[in-house]
Order: sequence, then C-alpha cells, then structure tokens
Amino acid sequence: MRRNEKIKNPAEKGVLGRVVKYLFSHYKGRLTVVLICILFSAAANVSASIFLQRVVDTCITPALTNGLDSVWKTLIKTVAIMGGVFGLAIIAVFVHSRLMAIVAHDFLKQIRVDMFNKMQSLPIKYFDTHTHGDIMSTYTNDVDALMQLAAQCVPQMFSSSVMLLTFFCVMLSYSVWLTLVVVVFSTLMVLATKFVGGRSAKNFVRQQRAIAKTEGFIEEMMNGQKVIKVFCHEEAAERDFDKINGELFDCADKANGFANILMPILGNIGNLMFVIVAFAGVAMKIAGVPNVYCFGTNVLSAGIIMSFITMSRSFSNNVGQMAQMVNSVVLARAGASRVFALLDEKSETDDGYVTLVYAKEDENGNLIESDTRTGRWAWRHPHSADGTVTYAEVKGDILLDDVDFAYEPDKPVLKGVSVFAKPGQRVAFVGSTGAGKTTITNLINRFYDIADGKIRYDGININKIKKDDLRRSLGMVLQDTNLFTGTVRENIRYGRLDATDEEVEAAARLAGAHDFIMRLPEGYNTMLIADGANFSQGQRQLLSIARAAVANTPVMIMDEATSSIDTRTEAIVQAGCDRLMQGRTVFIIAHRLSTVRAADVIMVLEHGKIIERGNHEQLIAQKGKYYQLYTGAFELD
Amino acid sequence: MVLKTLSRSVREYKLPSILTPIFMTGEVLLECLIPLVIARLINAANGNTLTPVLKSGIILIVMAACSLVFGTLSGRFAARASTGFAKNLRHDLFYKVQSFSFGNIDRFSSSGLVTRLTTDVTNVQNAYMMIIRMAVRFPLMLITALIMSFNVSPKMACIFLGIIPVLGVCMALLIWKAYPMFDSVFKQYDKLNDSVQENIKGMRVVKTYVREDFERKKFENSAEDIRRNFVRPEKLLALSNPLMWFCIFAVIILISVFGAILTVNTFGGVSPETGELLWGELSTGDISSLFIYSAQILSSMMMLAMVLVMIIMATASAKRISEVLNEKSDIVSPENACREVENGDVDFCGVSFKYSRDAEAEVLSGIELHIKSGETVGILGGTGSGKTSLVQMIPRLYDACEGCVRVGGKDVREYELDSLRNSVAMVLQKNLLFSGSIEENLLWGDANATREEVQHAARLACADEFVSSFPGGYDTHIEQGGTNVSGGQKQRLTIARALLKKPKILILDDSTSAVDTRTDALIRKAFREEIPGTTKIIIAQRTASVMDADRIVVLDNGRISGMGTHEELLKSNDIYREVYESQNKAGGDEDAA
Repeated sequence: MRRNEKIKNPAEKGVLGRVVKYLFSHYKGRLTVVLICILFSAAANVSASIFLQRVVDTCITPALTNGLDSVWKTLIKTVAIMGGVFGLAIIAVFVHSRLMAIVAHDFLKQIRVDMFNKMQSLPIKYFDTHTHGDIMSTYTNDVDALMQLAAQCVPQMFSSSVMLLTFFCVMLSYSVWLTLVVVVFSTLMVLATKFVGGRSAKNFVRQQRAIAKTEGFIEEMMNGQKVIKVFCHEEAAERDFDKINGELFDCADKANGFANILMPILGNIGNLMFVIVAFAGVAMKIAGVPNVYCFGTNVLSAGIIMSFITMSRSFSNNVGQMAQMVNSVVLARAGASRVFALLDEKSETDDGYVTLVYAKEDENGNLIESDTRTGRWAWRHPHSADGTVTYAEVKGDILLDDVDFAYEPDKPVLKGVSVFAKPGQRVAFVGSTGAGKTTITNLINRFYDIADGKIRYDGININKIKKDDLRRSLGMVLQDTNLFTGTVRENIRYGRLDATDEEVEAAARLAGAHDFIMRLPEGYNTMLIADGANFSQGQRQLLSIARAAVANTPVMIMDEATSSIDTRTEAIVQAGCDRLMQGRTVFIIAHRLSTVRAADVIMVLEHGKIIERGNHEQLIAQKGKYYQLYTGAFELD
Repeated sequence: MVLKTLSRSVREYKLPSILTPIFMTGEVLLECLIPLVIARLINAANGNTLTPVLKSGIILIVMAACSLVFGTLSGRFAARASTGFAKNLRHDLFYKVQSFSFGNIDRFSSSGLVTRLTTDVTNVQNAYMMIIRMAVRFPLMLITALIMSFNVSPKMACIFLGIIPVLGVCMALLIWKAYPMFDSVFKQYDKLNDSVQENIKGMRVVKTYVREDFERKKFENSAEDIRRNFVRPEKLLALSNPLMWFCIFAVIILISVFGAILTVNTFGGVSPETGELLWGELSTGDISSLFIYSAQILSSMMMLAMVLVMIIMATASAKRISEVLNEKSDIVSPENACREVENGDVDFCGVSFKYSRDAEAEVLSGIELHIKSGETVGILGGTGSGKTSLVQMIPRLYDACEGCVRVGGKDVREYELDSLRNSVAMVLQKNLLFSGSIEENLLWGDANATREEVQHAARLACADEFVSSFPGGYDTHIEQGGTNVSGGQKQRLTIARALLKKPKILILDDSTSAVDTRTDALIRKAFREEIPGTTKIIIAQRTASVMDADRIVVLDNGRISGMGTHEELLKSNDIYREVYESQNKAGGDEDAA
C-alpha cells in the first residue's frame, strides 16, 4: 500500500527529510541541545534496567547468604550513582521538553508566516485555479499535520531509535542468543504493523475523502436550507444524506478499527516473546550452553535472564511505538507535503524597471522627482543603453493594441482586441457572460499577462513598469467588495496608508458614505466583521468606493454591481461612482444602461472580440447588437 | 441534560458500546496479571529445571492469547461504537435541521449548523471512543496494578500510595493552569484563520492596492502573538514530562533499596530437599514485577489526565450539538391538519410581525390585505420595508405574531405544512441552485415531472432558449451555488423550478432583478396567459415589473402606505411616484441591471 502511495504522490516521499532539514537550518543550536538531552535521557532509561540487574546480582544475591551488612556499602554506592544519573536525566528531560515546545511553536509560526508571505507573492492565477476552501485547509489541517510531524514524530522517532539501538547493544552484551530471539519477534511486530497499520492508513485516507464529501454536502444543504423548506424537499435531502453518511461511517469504522487493534497485537507478540526468551534462557542455563555475549562467553545467571526479560519488554515497547509513529508519519505526510507544495509555488515574476514617483516641476518647467506627495505622478524611466533617466507625467493614457489572450492554451478568450482610452475618458464594456469583459481589466493591471499584442500606459509598454507601481496607479472598485476585519476608517485607509483622518473623511464624503458612517453608533471606529456582514450590500459598496477615492489614482477600473439594492441606496451609490470617475480614465464593466450611456466610448464584446465600438448615439444609429441590448432584447450581464 | 440528549443517538450501537468496556476490562486485568506470571517465570528461571518454566510459560501464552482476543475485540467494538454513534449524531442533527422553521435556522445560522455537523461531531466521536476505551482502561489499570502490588507486598505498595498523590496533584495543577490559556489561544487562532480567509477572498483588492507587505506585517504580528500565547501553556505542560520521570525514578530507587532490604531480611534460605530458594515476603522476581506495576500505575495516571483534558475540550462541542437536538421547531403541522388548499385566496387580517419576541420594533404592523384567487399583486417598497417578511408568512415560513394569515379561506396554521407549501410556490430572493444537472434542479418542483413538463415550465420562465443553447442542454451540470450560469439565467431557472410545482399561489421575491426588461415582460405575459388561475404575488424594485399588475401594494416601514393600480398610485402615493420617477428620469428608459 505504501508503495502505491509513493507512486501517486512523489512529493510525499521527501517530506520527512525536508522537515528535518528545515528544522535544523532554523534551530541548529537548540535542536542539538534537544538531541543531546534525548540521547542522555534514553541512556538513563536503559541504565535503569541495568541498575536492577546490578542490585540483584551485587547486592541481593550475595546478601542472601552473607547477610545485609556485607552489601550495605555496595547498595548505597549503586543507589547513589543511579540517583545522580536519574537526577541528570530529569534535568535533561526538562530541558528537551521545554526547548522542544518552544521550537515547535516557533516553527509553527515560521511556517505560517512563510506560507502567508508566499501566498501574497503568488499570481492571481493561483487563486483563480484553486478553490478557496483548498487553500484554507492548507493553513488549518495541513499545517496541523506538519506540526505533528515536526514536533512529535521527529523527536519521538529519534528518541525511540536511540533507545532501540542502546537496548539492542546492551542486550547483545548480555546474550547474543537471546537477542536473536528478540530480533525474530521484532520482525514479526514490524510485519504486523505493515499489515494492520497499512490497512488502517489506507482507510484513513479514504475517510479523509469521505469527510470532505460529507462536509461539502452539508455545507450546500445548510446554505440552501430555506429553498429545501420552500420545496418540501426535506425527505429527498435526508435520503441523500443517509447515503453519504453511511459511506463515511464505513471507512471511519474500518480505519479506527484497524488502528485500535494494532496495539493489542503488538503487545501480545511482546508477551509471547517473554515466554520464549525465558524458556530459552532457562533451557540454556540448565543445558549449560555457554552464553555468548559481545565480549566473550560466560554462564547465564538468573540476574542476566531477569534483566534481559525486562529489557526485551522495553525494547518491544519501543518497537511498538516506532511502528505507530511510522503510521502517523504516513498520515501526516500527505498534509505536510501540501504545505511544501504551497511554499514551492512559483511567485509572480516582475521584470519591470519603470517606477512611479511623486513629481513636481522645477523652475524651468521640467518634470522632476519629488520626495513628498504633490498630487502629481511621473513614470521614472531609466534607460540602460545610455544610463540616463527620463520622467514622463502619469496622465492615464491607455492603449491596448491587437491583444490576444487565453487562460488555458488553445482556448482563446480575447482575439485581436484594441482599445484606446485618452486621459479622462470613460470606456464602457458591455456584453454577455463570458464575452471577456473582466478579462480585459485583468490584463491592464497585469493580473494576467497577454499572449500577443501590446498594452501601453502613457506610451510605456506595461511590461516595463514594475507591477507594484503599475497597480498603484490603477484604482479598482469590484463587485465583490472584499472589506477587511477592522474599523471603517481602517478599511477606507486601505487605499492609501498615509492618508490623514481628514483625507479619509473627504474620500467618504466623495463616495457618499459619510452620512451613513456618521449614523453608526461608533462612526468611523465601527468594526467590520466577516467581510462586512454587519453592513448592507449598498453600504459595503459605498465603503469600497471610498477606499478607491482615497487612493486617488489617475486610472480607475470599475465592475458595476449587479445585485439589486433599493432605489434610494442605488442612487447614492451611483452618485458616488460618478464623483469618483470625474477627471480620471475609467474602464467600466457596465450593467446599467444609464452608466453605459454616460460613457465616452462603448465597446460591445462578443466571444472575445470587440464587435461594435462608438458612443451611444453612434451605436444606436448602427442598429446592431448594442441597439438590441439597449432596447431590452438581451441581458446586460 | 447534555448527556441525556446525546445518549439518545447511541441506539443500535449500544451493544458495542457496552461490550467495549467489558472486553477492555478483560484485557486490562490480563495485562495486570501477566507481570505476575512473568515474575513466576523469572523465579522459575532461577531454578534448575525446565518444568516450572514450561508451566508458567504455557499459562502466560494462554493469557496472552486471551488478552489478544479481548484487546482486538474491544478495539474493534470501540471503533464500531464511536463511529456509529457519530453517524447517528450526524443523522439526527441533519433530520432535526430539516424539521426546523426559518426562525430556527436564523437562530443558529447556516455556518453554525455546518460546524455542528462536522467539527463538533468529530470531537464528540473522539471523546466517546476515549470514554468507552481509555476512561475505562486507565482507572482500571491504575486500580488493578495497585491491588496487584499490594498482593505482592503491602509494604512495598505503600511506596505507590505515597507517589500517586504527588503526581496527581501536580498534574491537576498543571492542567488547571494551562487549560484556560489554551482556550483563549484557540479563539485567537480562529481569528487568524479568518484573516487568512479574508486575504484569499480579497486577493484582487490586496494586489490592486499593493498591500502585500502591509498584510504580511499584519499576519506576522498576529502569528507572533499566537506563538507567544501558545508557548506559555505548552511550557507548563512540558513540565509534566520531567515530573513523570521524576516519579518513575523515585519509585525505582525506593523499590530497589527497600525491596533489597525486605527480600534479604525475610529470606528463608535454600530448601534442603529440592534446592529451591525459599523466599520470604519478597523475591527478586517480585521486585521486577513491582517495577512493571510502577510503570503501569504512573503511565495510566498520565494518560488519565490527558483523557480528561480531551473530554473537557469536547464538552463544548457536545453542548453545541445538544442545543440543536433540543431545539423545538417553531412551526409544526397541527393535529387533524387540513390537507387540501381549496383556492388561491390570500388574506392578511390585522397581521403584525417581528423576528424575535424580544425585538422592540415590529417589522410589519396592522397589515390588512385581501387577495383573490387568480389576482396579480405587485409589492414595492424600500429595503427593510417588510416586503419579504410579508410574503414569507403565506407558506408559513414564519408565523404572524398578531392577527392571522389565511390561504384558501383557512388559517395557515390549520394546514398540514407540506400540503400548504406544495400549493404555494415561492422564489426566494437569494436564489440558489444545487450541484447537479439543470433537469435535476428543476425536478425539485415536481419529482415526477416528464421532460416535456420540465421544458414547458422552462419555456414559461423564458429559460428554455438558453438551456437549449448549452451543449449539454438540460443535462448541463450546475456547479455548487450555480456559479456557472449568469445571474439572470439563475433567476429564470429558479422561476421554472417553482412553476413545476403547479402552485395555486406563486410568489416571486425580487426574482427578475437580473433579467432584462423584455424577458421580464415576456415572463409576466406567460404568467397571465398560461396560469391565469394562479394567484401571483410579485415583489420588485423596478416599477416596470409591477406596472401591469391588478393591484400594487406599497410598503413603507412595515405598513401599507398605498394600494391600487399603477395609475392610481402615481396620483395618490408619493413613495410610488418618487420611485417611478427616479427610475425613469433618465429619458424614460428602464435600468436593465
């Protein structure tokens, strides 16, 4: 089974090694201390068994014939030594448990921060091609799995293997023959683990899938509960649920069942082992077979057999622990490998070198760079050929020239699209779902890169502009408002972090949001929770307009909301949008004909091509698609 | 209370639930007896004949075999019992939710219900397994091991009696200190995940405003906060390891010293006849079995502490689940309910309504409205004017607080719920399609409808045309939430779904907002011509959608502010006129969104 998994997901193979490597590269010093302490405490653990043998052989047995007084000194000496060793061992355990707790949580934080940093650098494509639920579960379930691997499996496996090795050596130093018996039984235990544990792991993986399916179903049904009620669909939903629930039960039952029986099986193989060891030991003792140990031969004593049995018990316990650990490693590996898969994703690349700077004019009327915000911007364009730097004022002149684009190869979304927007112009895109309206806006801010053609911003090819600076010069108001947890003020300030309170309020006034904000119990300090769920749709839109207003960019991309809000709020939103659009170049994905009519240029898109362009009057006169749309024969969507 | 509620879901898994602890008891007893036999085995190994070794060996093997059987059975049954219990819990929760009214659902929220059915059930399942296995195993092990050690030597067992309270008190202190810290950090952790989710959803906004570094810093700060708060209780709990080792080592040393003294002092010499050693109160074999008992006692105490913590953590989940199971549905069918809705008359007689009893403001007050079978009534009003609340009382999704709602001349509270709701089709504002084919979605209206009937309903809702244009036609798969069809298409499909019910009353709650005006008009025309006998109640934002209705009701702040035809209202009602003019001022055209 394990082999199958490897074939399925080669990334999982190296995960354990990678976790260890990551840990050591970050916490070299502390981990070394941890390992030394584990080593020491394992050794102390082993010496506890030797200690018993010493007490029996050097104190009790001689005392039986010579009386207690004859061994007092030896006994006290032995106990004192052991007391010292144990004391040190307790300190070692204290140090490594504490250090490991600290390291584990630091590691957890570090991994989370790494993941988040990585995620912020990923292209939009990643978020469009992965479901949000999947990305989210990397942060929750998969990080937990990785944490388990790093904080529990790795140190425990280390400590178990150290103990196993030490016990093995000590056992060898007692008796080679008896050790052989132990080795045979340990092999049996490993085989049992492979058989039972393998079945358990396989079913746990199945269970994971069944859980995902059940959760998906539950989520859909709970969200649609009101529809279910209205259609009296309860019984059908219950039937479907019973089926899925039954499947989940089936694999959960098997997975847990196999996991539960592993320990009794291993434990009793251990018990069987004691009998055989004892039997073999005594038989050898009676038969007088010389005992071979790694330093030579001697006669088997009662003390040796006794210690050996105790030791073989610890040994088999450790084999059992190792076996279970291997199982959890198999389970955790899948999750951990997904964390690394996220960390290995390719970041968005940026070869741009033209940057956005504050600009002012010097005495001669030339544009120069300014250290402070002036309200004017310039593109700082270094020329590598002659080492000079030129400045061009940011005006908002955008040109798409014969642009082709496809999200997936062979499935072109845009074909030969050309759009010219002069500074201050409003360009509206209309067309049905999937015509490519949103795609065009995705290209201007380089969420996606075009396949062919050119896009120029103030005459500069946008590939030459640093992505951050390009985006800083473009404002956006989207259908999904996407507000963040925080106060109203913080949400508006998101548009420009150094905006003063006055500027934030001015932006809110411009958007038409100021009035409703002032009516809130805590005004600008009111908290938004869960994407602004405590605000109405219209209010959220006003806030997102205010956010764009405070950014005050020369170019604006707007995706008009389709959701229906009542007429009065809609009028306020509309007015806010209008004020925001004043004096800027605006690309607007229009859903309202009133918006379209106010545009300077209208682009009618169909199947990735611009089929009509012009202003309202021209297009009406054409009596083409736009005319049909306008007269209500088609939906604007 | 909570326990009683949850225990009702055990049902057919009662037998495995009982068998598990029984077999577990057997396994534990054997596990405690086995060291005893091992001690005999070791003592026998001291002698010079094989027979005693063979004898104890066989006993040990038999016991191991029994222990294996018991252990396997208890493990198997525990899995069956706990996963079965979880299955029943999910089943009961799901069925319970199906019986909920809108009011019940509002109280818990959909996401709250999802958490209860998933995470909470899993927590309870794990805790249940812990209880029937480990909460039996460890106390039993502790007690048996203690009894056995008393059996071996009461004097030596006193060492355990001394060490148990030390370990117990220290562990309790650690947990008592650490648990509240964990609790608060888990809440913080939820918040962190919420903010990640926010970022994933709003990545376009983050990138547009180039706020990647800003978000990174924010995230790093919260992650660091969590690390700091998490590491504190973890450091405390990390103390339990050295504590445990201290106890084990202390026991080993004490047993060795006192054991040696006791063994030697009570030794009876070598039997002259058999050459056997005549042990007194303690033998060397006894010492080794005491060692094993000490490990059993101390580790079971540790495990018991961990089990307790896990169970405590699951109680919150158990409480949340029992809340749902104990919730009584607000709206149930009465006894001797009426099963036939005679006609499509709808009457509101002095109806007042608010969503919760404690709410001060009424959502609707003093509504008097009488609609005749077959009439078309439009309802208009701003956000929060109570339009949706009004119509939701017709299929009894909510009950009126005052006054009564009649359908077909009878109070809605006299009908059997399914009969009432099957005669009233309602297209909700939040229109939802489910994952499955288009046809499967439409069949929600009538599971036995033929393809012709489905197509007919789709044609009435102006959906047939675009459905046929899909390559898969009516078999086209709809993604969860209907994300692969446009808003207007979704609305038309939900209307078709409602039409398939062939209702006596059809309610559209702002269901054509994303449909273009021409299609909107076509749909209304189809209603007029094809289902003249059905009462049609249409809520809309656009005056155009209700202009041709027989009557238009204007709602304002939960009261009827005006009623009449389009022309009448234009003259008499200010609100209506204002809305109409604002929508038509831009040159007499309608907004098409």
